[in-house]
Amino acid sequence: MIKRLSLILLLAGLGSVFLGLMLTYSADESLNQTASYYAEHTAKDLGAANIVTAIIVTYRGLDTLGEVTVLFLTAAIVGLVLAQAKRREPGRALPPAGELLLTGTRLLLPLILLFGAYVFIHGHLTPGGGFQGGAILASAMLLLLLSNPLQRFSHRLITVIESASGALFVFIGVLGIVYAGGFLDNRILPIGTFGELFSAGAIPIIYTLVGLKVGAEFSSMLVSLSETEEL
Amino acid sequence: MLVTIAMGCGFLLILIGLFGALNNRNILRMIVAFAVANTGVNLVLVSVGYMRGRTAPILNDAVPVAEAAARIIDPVPQALVLTAIVIGLGVTALMLAYAYKLYQTKGSLDIAKHSELKW
Repeated sequence: MIKRLSLILLLAGLGSVFLGLMLTYSADESLNQTASYYAEHTAKDLGAANIVTAIIVTYRGLDTLGEVTVLFLTAAIVGLVLAQAKRREPGRALPPAGELLLTGTRLLLPLILLFGAYVFIHGHLTPGGGFQGGAILASAMLLLLLSNPLQRFSHRLITVIESASGALFVFIGVLGIVYAGGFLDNRILPIGTFGELFSAGAIPIIYTLVGLKVGAEFSSMLVSLSETEEL
Repeated sequence: MLVTIAMGCGFLLILIGLFGALNNRNILRMIVAFAVANTGVNLVLVSVGYMRGRTAPILNDAVPVAEAAARIIDPVPQALVLTAIVIGLGVTALMLAYAYKLYQTKGSLDIAKHSELKW
C-alpha cells in the first residue's frame, strides 16, 4: 500500500513538472541558426531533397556510423547471450501454418523486400532511408518466421552482408577524406540534378549500405530470439 | 493546438510507461512499459520541432529551395528522433534477451524472485 502510494506521488510530481513544461512552452516562430543553415545549404551543397537525410548521412555522418556500431554491438550481444541457450530439437511436429498465411507470405515477401529497397534507395528524395528500409527488410524475415517458426536462416550469409556493408560504409567515408572535404563527405560523386534518383553524390550509396546493414542486424536479432523457442 | 496535443500525449505516454515499469512485477510487462515510455519521449521530441503552418523538411515543388528556411519545420529534432527510435529498438532487443536468460536461471519472470542485486 505504501509502495503504491509513493509510486502515485512520484508520478504526480513528475506529471506536474511535465505540465509546467508544456504550459510554458511556446513554439519558435523561425528556424534557429543550425536549422536554417541546414535549410539553406543542403540543396546547394549536397543536392539532397530530404534535409533529414542530409543531416543524418552527411552533416552528422559520424554519429550515424556510431549509431550503426551501437546496433551492431546490440546484435552481437543478443547473439552472444542467447547462443548459450540450449537449442532443443523440436520434440513434436508443429501443425502446418494456415493456407492464408502461407500464400500471403509467398505473395507479400518479394513485395516487402522490394519496398524496403525502394525506401532506402530513395532516402535522399522521399521520407525514409536506410534505417526505415532496413527495418522493412527485417519485417520480411519476421513474416517468414511467422509462417514457419522452425525456419532457419544462414548465420554466415547474414554476417557476410552485415560486415561487408559496414566495411564499405567506412571505406566510402575514407574516400571522402581523400577526394572531397572530409570523412563521409558525399561529394566524391557528382551531385547531379537536384531531385533525380542519381543525385546527391554518395548519399544513396551510403544509405543503401546502411539499409543492408540495419536489415542484416535486425534479422540476426530476430533469428537469435526465434532460435530460443522451446517446443 | 496540435503541438499541445502531441506533447501532452507524449508526456502521458511517459507517465504511463513509468507507472507500468514500476507497478508490474513481471519482467516482460516492464519491458513493454519501457517501450511505451520510449515512444512518449520520441513524441515529445518531435513535437518540439513542430512549427505552425510549415511543412516537412523535404524540398520539392511545394517547397522551393529558395524559400526553404521560411517554409519547413526544424529538421534537427527529426534526425535526433530517427536515431532515438533505432537505439530504442536495440535497447528493447537487449532487454528481451536478458529477460530470457533470467527466465532460464530462475524459471520465473517475477522480478521478486531475482533478488541477487537487491539491497
